[in-house]
Parts: sequence; C-alpha cells; structure tokens
Amino acid sequence: MADVSKLAPGQKVLMQGNEAIARGALEAGVSLAAAYPGNPSSEILQTLADSARSAGIYVEWSTNEKVALESAAAASYAGLRGMASMKQNGVNVAQDFICNLTISGTKGGLVLVTCDDPSGVSSTNEQDARFIARVACLPLLEPATPAECLKLTKLAFELSEQIGNLVVLRGLARLSHTRAGVTPGPLPEAKPRPHWDPNERWFTIPVVPRHQVMLDKLAQAGELIAAAGVNYYDGPVRPELLVIASGSSRLYADEARRLVGAGGRVGILHMGATWPLDQELILEHLARADKILFAEEVDPHIESGVKSIYAQHVRELGLKDFYGQETGHKPPIGELSPSRVAAAMADILGLPWQETDPAYLAKAKAAQALVAPRQVGFCPGCPHRASYWSMKQVLSADGREGIVSGDIGCYTMGVLPTGYERVNAVHCMGSGPGIASGLGKLRSQGFEQPVISVVGDSTFFHAALPALVNARWNNSDYVLVVLDNSATAMTGFQPHPGTGSTAMGQAGTAVDVEQICAGLGLPYTVLDPYDLEATQEALYDALQIGGGLRVLIFRRTCALVQNKRGGHPWRMSVDPQLCRGEDCGCDRFCTRVFRCPGLVFDQATGKTVLDEVVCVGCGVCAQICPAGAIKARPKEATA
Amino acid sequence: MKALKYDPLDIVVTGVGGQGNVLASQVLGLALLTAGYEVTVGETYGLSQRGGSVTSQVRVSSGPVLGPMMPDHRATAIVSLEPLEALRLLGVYGHPGVVVLTNDRPLRPLGVLAGEQLYPEPAELRATLESLCAKLYWLPATAAALELGNHILANVVLLGALCGLDLLPIGAAEVEAALGDMFPESKMALNREALAKGLALVRAA
Ligand code: SF4
Ligand code: SF4
Repeated sequence: MADVSKLAPGQKVLMQGNEAIARGALEAGVSLAAAYPGNPSSEILQTLADSARSAGIYVEWSTNEKVALESAAAASYAGLRGMASMKQNGVNVAQDFICNLTISGTKGGLVLVTCDDPSGVSSTNEQDARFIARVACLPLLEPATPAECLKLTKLAFELSEQIGNLVVLRGLARLSHTRAGVTPGPLPEAKPRPHWDPNERWFTIPVVPRHQVMLDKLAQAGELIAAAGVNYYDGPVRPELLVIASGSSRLYADEARRLVGAGGRVGILHMGATWPLDQELILEHLARADKILFAEEVDPHIESGVKSIYAQHVRELGLKDFYGQETGHKPPIGELSPSRVAAAMADILGLPWQETDPAYLAKAKAAQALVAPRQVGFCPGCPHRASYWSMKQVLSADGREGIVSGDIGCYTMGVLPTGYERVNAVHCMGSGPGIASGLGKLRSQGFEQPVISVVGDSTFFHAALPALVNARWNNSDYVLVVLDNSATAMTGFQPHPGTGSTAMGQAGTAVDVEQICAGLGLPYTVLDPYDLEATQEALYDALQIGGGLRVLIFRRTCALVQNKRGGHPWRMSVDPQLCRGEDCGCDRFCTRVFRCPGLVFDQATGKTVLDEVVCVGCGVCAQICPAGAIKARPKEATA
Repeated sequence: MKALKYDPLDIVVTGVGGQGNVLASQVLGLALLTAGYEVTVGETYGLSQRGGSVTSQVRVSSGPVLGPMMPDHRATAIVSLEPLEALRLLGVYGHPGVVVLTNDRPLRPLGVLAGEQLYPEPAELRATLESLCAKLYWLPATAAALELGNHILANVVLLGALCGLDLLPIGAAEVEAALGDMFPESKMALNREALAKGLALVRAA
C-alpha cells in the first residue's frame, strides 16, 4: 500500500475505500491503530502501517481482533485517538470487550471499523455486523463512497470524543475495494503526549446507573449526528416512493430510479448514520410519502428500526405500504445491485422493466453451457496440497474413517476438491481444535475414529491456544497438525507472531510454536510436507499411538512467498514413454486425483504434460507418479 | 473535457487471478480521473490469487458519482484477458450493443485440467462470442506480450487495443501517462511498446 500521509491536501486522487479510511484516521490524528488481517478489511491497517513512520504513529497487526481493540482502547485512556479495523467475523471475537467498554466509556476518540462482506466473496459467512451497534448501544456510520469513507472516519473520531464512547464505522466489501476520486484534507499539526490520569478509572460497576449513562451517550450521539448533516434527502417534496438507504445501496437506488425512468417520482433518504436512527427526520419523510422501500445490505437493520418508529406514530401518519425484506423487494441474502433495486422500484410503481432484449437474454443464458466453472484451488506448489494428499493417503490406509477438523486460512480449501474434500468441518478461527477436543473425549462412549485437527500458523496464535490448553488439561485424544507456511497467506501475507516481524516492518520477538508445545507438555515433531514419505509415516504413527493430544508441525513456506524468495529447486518434465495416461491408477492419477494445475491431461495424446508456465517446480508430483514418469531435475543442472 | 459518447461509460475488465486485470482497471480509472471525469472502479478479488475469476468495473460519467456495481446487461464494453471469461460475463453484462475485446489465449479451469469438464474449441467460442455482441475483437494479446518477452504485458496490450476504439474520451497518451504514475521509468519502454502493439492489433482487426 502507499504512504497516504504524503498526499497533498486539496488535490483529488484515485483512492480505494480502505485507503480513504486510513487517510481519514490520519487526518483525525489517530495515534494507535491495530487490526487482525481479514478480507475485505486488510488494506486499512496495511496502509496505516506503510504511513506510520512518516506520520509518527504506532500501528500493529495484533494476534486477534479483541486484542486489537483493547490496544486501541489503551490509546484512548492515555488521551490519544485509537482505531481497530476488522472484518465482520472479527466483531464477534471482540464483542465481549465491546459490550463492557460501552459501559465503562472512553476518553480519546476510539473507532471500530468493520468491513462486512455481503455475498461472502472472501468470507465464511455474510454476517451483518451492524448488530453490534444495537447490542452495545453504539453510534454507527455507513459511508457510500471512498470520499465519504474519509469524511465519516473523521466524524467518527469527533463523535466518539464528544460522547465518550466507541463509534462504529461500517464498510462493505465492494466499497472497501472501490477506487474513486478523494480529496484529502490537512493532517493535524501536533498531538498530545500520552498520559493516563491516575484518578481516572474505567469500569462497569455499579451496572444499572452506568447502563443509564450509556443510554444517555447514545441519545447525545443522536443529536450530534442530526446536526452533522450526514443523513439527507434528495428528491421531490412529495415522492410517490420514498427509498430509505445506506451504504452502496444509496448509489444503487439513485441509479435505479434513472434506469426505470422514475427520477421525478422517487425520493431517497440517504442514511450516513444508521444508529441511532434519526427519528425526527424519518418521521418528517414518512409523512410525505405513502410507499416506502428499504435498500440496505444484508439484514433489515434500517427496515426494522423505521417500522418500529412508525408503529409508535401510526395514528398521525396513517396507513403506509412498506417494501423491503418482508415483501421480497430486498433479498435477505447476498449483495444488492442497481438492477435488483430497479426491479423492486419498477414492481412497486407498476413500470415496465427489462434488463435487455429477452431473445438476447435467452441466447446468452444458453451459451453459459459452454462455460466451465472456475473453481478455486491451492496454488501450484502449495504445501497444503501436499499436506492434504498425505492426510488422504494415511487416513485411507488407516481405515478407521478418520475425521479432519478444519479451520480458517488458505487450508480451508481442504473442503474443496483441491484438498481432496478431506476436511469434515470448518467454522471460525480456532474452532477446529475445539471440535477435535470434544471428539477426542467421546472415546469412553465408543467413538473410535481417529481425529486430526488442522490449524494454520496464524490461526494457531489467534484463537487455537485456549482449545489446545483445554485438550491438554482434559486429556483429549487427537492429533493436531499445524500447517505452518510462515505467512497469513489468505489475506495478503501479513506477518504474525511466529514470523517475528511486525506491521511496521520492525523486528519483533518471534513466538515459537515448538516452545509453546513444549511448555504445554505436548509431544511434537516437525516435518516437511513436501517429503511425502516421511510425512505420511509420522502421521500414520501418530494416529496409531492414541492417548492424549500430540502435535505434528508441517513446515514449508507458502509457495507464493517462496516464488518471491528465489523460487523452487526443480525443473520438472513428464516422460511420455512412461506415462500410463488413462490406465494410470484408475485413470489419469496425477491430473484427475492429485490435481496440481501444473499438470495437464492432453486429450490428443492421452498423456499428461507439464505446463511450464504454471509449474513452480516444487517436486512433489514426482513422488506420487506410480510409473515414475514425472521427473524432477535440479534447476541449476539444466540451466 | 471531451463529451462522453456513452454516459455512463461502463467497462468490465475481467480475467483470471494473476493476469493483471485489476492493474489494467486502475490505470484506466486513473487516466480518466486525471482527464476530469467522475470515475468509480469497483473490484472483486476474494480468492482471486488461487485460480478464480476476477472482475473489475470501470464506471465513468460526467455527472453523478456512480456505485461500484453496474446494472446487469448494460456494459458498454467487456475487456477480457481470457476468452471463456468474456463469455461468462456476457451472461451478466451483455446486450446486443456491447463491444467485446478479448485475448484469444485460453486459461483452462481446474476441472478442465482434471478432465472433468470441457473447454470449448476456439472456433466455437469465438463464434458464440460474436453472436452475443455488436463487435468482437479477438486479439492475440498474450502472443503480442510474449514477443515483448513477458506474458504479463497482455493487460497493457489490451489497454492499447481499447484506446484504438472510439469508446474512450481519452487516448493512448493519457493511458501511458497513468502507467507512468504506477511504474518506474525503467519499465515504461516495454509498457509503451505493449500499448502500441495493442493499438496496431485493433487497427488491423
Ligand atoms: S497463497 Fe500460499 S498457502 Fe495459500 S494456496 Fe497459495 S501457496 Fe498455498
Ligand atoms: S512440481 Fe508438480 S506438484 Fe509441484 S508445482 Fe510443478 S506440477 Fe505442481
């Protein structure tokens, strides 16, 4: 990412939503920013890390989202401004702290950014994290454009400091990764020196009166938000249809009314702040329209809030028609789009709506039969492919229907064909060893299947540790396989505790997985997953031993990282004389079963060929070919 | 500022992870923003590095700021680094008037490599694309890039080709200036050649 502290104020640049949030934080004078990597939020902290030195601030990748927010809160108590950014799942991890923090309150401006992922493009779910604003009574801002990302981030810090509580900014995957024109403002001159007044104490008791204080802060936030003008109306005085929208949906609604040719009939109430809802403004506009459509992603957050306001004022407002999730005019799942909003508007207003010529649509749809899906898979040379290959071989040789409990990272793809569909369950960060821990305690009731829990190196530190302590303590019987690729590969190769480097590129202290295992008294062995024979032997033995928790560390650098560090050692080739083609291991063993994209089955010759552009030369496939047709020679020797 | 021939001008830039279509869309966005237009470049790159499809949307207007997603079946042009991806996106953004510019070099999906699915014959793919657009430019962008020594330049070749059509309100010079903002001067000689090759390809088409 670029150093955004160097941008010239007043000069419009093309900026990503996430970069604009980072710039907004710098303009607001943030002193400490922390995060755990997770798409679509990762670029916020990376941008701040790359700007940290010139801006004179501290930026870190934390072990998890809760720790990130706690670190940011420390800055607040020391009188400075702090920010924690995360993806929607991270809000769940931080939730316990949030629900207490909102009662104790804050001092310096403190902002939590959640980047939600409608449609789950890079997530295991599409949770709407706006729930946290209701649960914890926090003000919630929702930008629609990169320019607003900058503006509302600044406002969030102001608001937080004025009311003495955390403020939430909600981004969306598309917005996070949208680039548009942004005009940066000035950076602050000087910041105060951090100091925690020893007379200031932050805690939650007595609970009931402090709960009241929290509610008062929310009410105060409502007044400040109304004065800030971030909610506004755009349309005719008495629209036939009023759309109440937030985030990108505001732009979709604006475009949709032009698409259906109803510009003069549709008004939009743009909600830049969606908690607390601006009751006065909403009542004013409900009074002027009889049909109301909601446009928001994913949950009916505004919809339910507005309907509850309406219920209290139904006598003065009279009968209204509401369109949204309840009526099917806004989908309960997936992203919204201009077309989806246009279809809803056309339906409500009784207008014709056609995406394009129906004959064309039918033809284009029929042509999709030619288009093979593009399923994601492990990169060529990925150590995880080798690891899952070994698990597949060993579990089938073992024959007791072993179970693999999965976790979050590139290796989540173990549920897909690229990982031989070897993984039986995946949920959230750290849930793999927890589920394994429970399974390993069902032995006394007759559960005989072997259990493997796979966990990445970054996940190991994020949330796996409590589950491991639990398993050790209660003597649960399973094998933990740490898939150590020395990177947080899925989210963009950020450093983590095991790597020893930090967000700002300085040396930290490497936290050693082996030492942690030793400290817990767990037997462990370190293996190279590229060495299939040794890996399979060790895994097989570990499964046979039984007893308590034991650990295998499969250590091999992520193939993409290795590509940047000088590449892999082998030059590969396939000997067509030896390749058995369709007769091999129940038909095309390497391309059909092993499936590294570097190997291609050539329909014409009936043999496997090597795609030299794709193959990185890890050498693993040479070990799986039963005919010895795949050859690995050292690169230097042939060069 | 030249008036837009299409307003909004909606260009889909697509390909497979690692082909550089995100970079191409950024360059285009930067060139158009510098020329004074309202620009929104929407990107989706979830698991893109691991073999998935990657699409960005470059949206240009002289008026209101546009959202990151264009309406279905309304794209002005589809620029694709892989021919099958062009067909996939015609199913979402295509209409009888759309212009398609595609690289002719296939990148086979995993299921095809494994022999479970088929990749259409080039002639069939080309004819199908042709039947679903107003004008198809079927261009050897990878081959042109390889002549320059690096397949990754196919994205710049296609940008050059796009500049040769009468769609953009800017020309190759503006795109070259935007590339210059993103690359060191040492890489610019090749980029210039790639742009020129792309221009030549559409002129010959
Ligand atoms: S990024 Fe690294 S760890 Fe992830 S799939 Fe690719 S090689 Fe494997
Ligand atoms: S050596 Fe074999 S397994 Fe490794 S990247 Fe090349 S084709 Fe794939």
